[in-house]
Amino acid sequence: MKVVLKELTKIFPSRDKKDRTEVVAVDNFDMEIPDGKLVGLLGPSGCGKSTALNLICGLEKPTRGRIFFGDEEVTDLPPEERGVGMVFQNYALFPHMTVEQNITFPLGNLKGDKKLSKEEMKAKAYEAAKLVQIENLMARKPKEMSGGQQQRVAIARALVKRPKILLLDEPLSNLDARLRLQTREEIRRIQRETGITTIFVTHDQEEAMSISDMIVVMKAGCIQQVGKPQEVYDSPVNLFVAKFLGTPAINVFKGRIISGGLYIGDAKVLDIPDEAIMGTKDRETVETDGREVYVGIRPEGFILDDNGPLTCRLDRVEVMGRDISVVSFHDAATAADTVCVRSIISAENQVDTDKDTVSFSLKPDKTHIFDMESEELLYYTKE
Amino acid sequence: MGWLYMLPALLFLGVFMVYPLIDVLIYSVEENYNFASQVYSGYGLFNYSYVLHDTYFVQALKNTFIIVMITVPVSTGLALLISLGLSSISKLKSLYQTLYFLPYVTNTLAVGLVFMVLFKKTAYSDGLINLLIKAFGGNAVDFIDGPYWAKIMVMCIYTVWVVIPFKILILTSALASVNQDYYKVARVDGTSSLRIFCRITLPMISSTIFYLIITGFIGAFKAYSDEVALFGTDLNSAGMNTIVGYVYDMLYGNSGGYPSYASAAALILFAIVFTITIINLLISRKMVTQ
Repeated sequence: MKVVLKELTKIFPSRDKKDRTEVVAVDNFDMEIPDGKLVGLLGPSGCGKSTALNLICGLEKPTRGRIFFGDEEVTDLPPEERGVGMVFQNYALFPHMTVEQNITFPLGNLKGDKKLSKEEMKAKAYEAAKLVQIENLMARKPKEMSGGQQQRVAIARALVKRPKILLLDEPLSNLDARLRLQTREEIRRIQRETGITTIFVTHDQEEAMSISDMIVVMKAGCIQQVGKPQEVYDSPVNLFVAKFLGTPAINVFKGRIISGGLYIGDAKVLDIPDEAIMGTKDRETVETDGREVYVGIRPEGFILDDNGPLTCRLDRVEVMGRDISVVSFHDAATAADTVCVRSIISAENQVDTDKDTVSFSLKPDKTHIFDMESEELLYYTKE
Repeated sequence: MGWLYMLPALLFLGVFMVYPLIDVLIYSVEENYNFASQVYSGYGLFNYSYVLHDTYFVQALKNTFIIVMITVPVSTGLALLISLGLSSISKLKSLYQTLYFLPYVTNTLAVGLVFMVLFKKTAYSDGLINLLIKAFGGNAVDFIDGPYWAKIMVMCIYTVWVVIPFKILILTSALASVNQDYYKVARVDGTSSLRIFCRITLPMISSTIFYLIITGFIGAFKAYSDEVALFGTDLNSAGMNTIVGYVYDMLYGNSGGYPSYASAAALILFAIVFTITIINLLISRKMVTQ
């Protein structure tokens, strides 16, 4: 079932009596989530991703805008009539019920001719439990299970009514690092097997990138970018998205475009032909010459090159086996705390650690230029 | 060395807990004990037999049981209803909470006085409740010095009124401590309010409810001051005595000076409270979840 959000907005009234400013948790969402996909809503804490999820679920009423599941409008429907399953961040398993009772709980709410017999409920619960591979734990109480198992029970409970849409709120945040890897594969598998359109919320970009078919990057209630994980990583529309995706984070420098070249400090790091046209996302062309810009360079965008244009003060080299990470300083780097540049290069390279400086040339497709004022990506094309 | 460290606590417990308990036990089996000359004729169970055959004690036992059996379930149930109401409103919540808590900080005797004004029928006034009864076409009843059922009814209303604020306080905080996500889970599936209450709310606060029931039973069995507040110190002639009141009367009342009878009555009360509490705990072990 595809999900369409139209101008969806949620405004919370201020709780503070002195400060009456409202909180716009979700700001004018226009988005279409294709059928049968796994979609990650990604953003920093407090950006409104959980509110967006609650709006889709029906736990919150939107201030404005409409929600469609397929062609049917569900904006005013209560959650149970929308056909959604929801997994909460802390799983919210009923501690006094066994796994089986937890999973059958949603079925017990069915009324009229939808009402199920005890055997039918049991069969359905078993089916859902089998899907998440906990069918041998049905008699346990939640507190007798590990975090990962509890998570599976919560997913089984959300799936038992065969929802059209499955919603997961921070599904991995309560698990330890190893279980997190395992569980995200598990979520991917369950989603593939059931084919249910799944939307999950996370603040962990790695989590979102690794399993999503599509990611939605949010900031302060606004959608920044929607796309396949690799696309968003490779061509971020603005500095926020560029900074938010990728570990280690992108290196950002202050730079300037002067007659056909991109300069960081006094060094011309990249050629931009005179005839190139620069523009923003909306293809507005902008004046290039003398323009102040931010230059974002992915850690893997550096090539070790003694004659390279970008020279940094070498701090240390961290060995990671397959790669090495070169930590250096540059005055134009904007990272607030350390002013350091982190570049990841293949371990086959040798870095002379006795030297004080290290020089790089740059890969053009790993180097992004952002307008200094709007922080929007500046495209440049040779025409 | 270990005993030395424990000495202060042992000494304290010994003097103030163990010795009096043993002393009560000894008093209760000393027959014909004379309070003034401190002599007795022998050991035996006569004191227990006397107490159990004393009509005043039987009356006190009956009164106590009626008060316990009526006020504990009624006050707990009512407190649960009020707490549910309080937790589901947002407007004026703190005002209502304060109002419901007021009786807890009010002096028992002052409250007794107010109840007298409400219920007592004198030569000059019928009291507010009687005025209401008459307005609806009934006959005035003297609730304080009148028939037994009227007195016990006022007694029960008064007891419920006195004990309910504490229960509301505890229950509202228990309700507030239930994680809201459980209710969200229920809402996603369109669970009815009744099912939410029975399957989620009630199990989640079951340990608190049982705590209130157990302490409620114990408190009600020890009732005395509330009776004095309503009916004065001569509870025997009012027919409204309780077991604790009987113990007090045997010691210091008009018919007092019999520590042996008092001790026997106190130990009978102890046996009753002990049994009821054990039964309560056994039931709660089966019913309380978590």
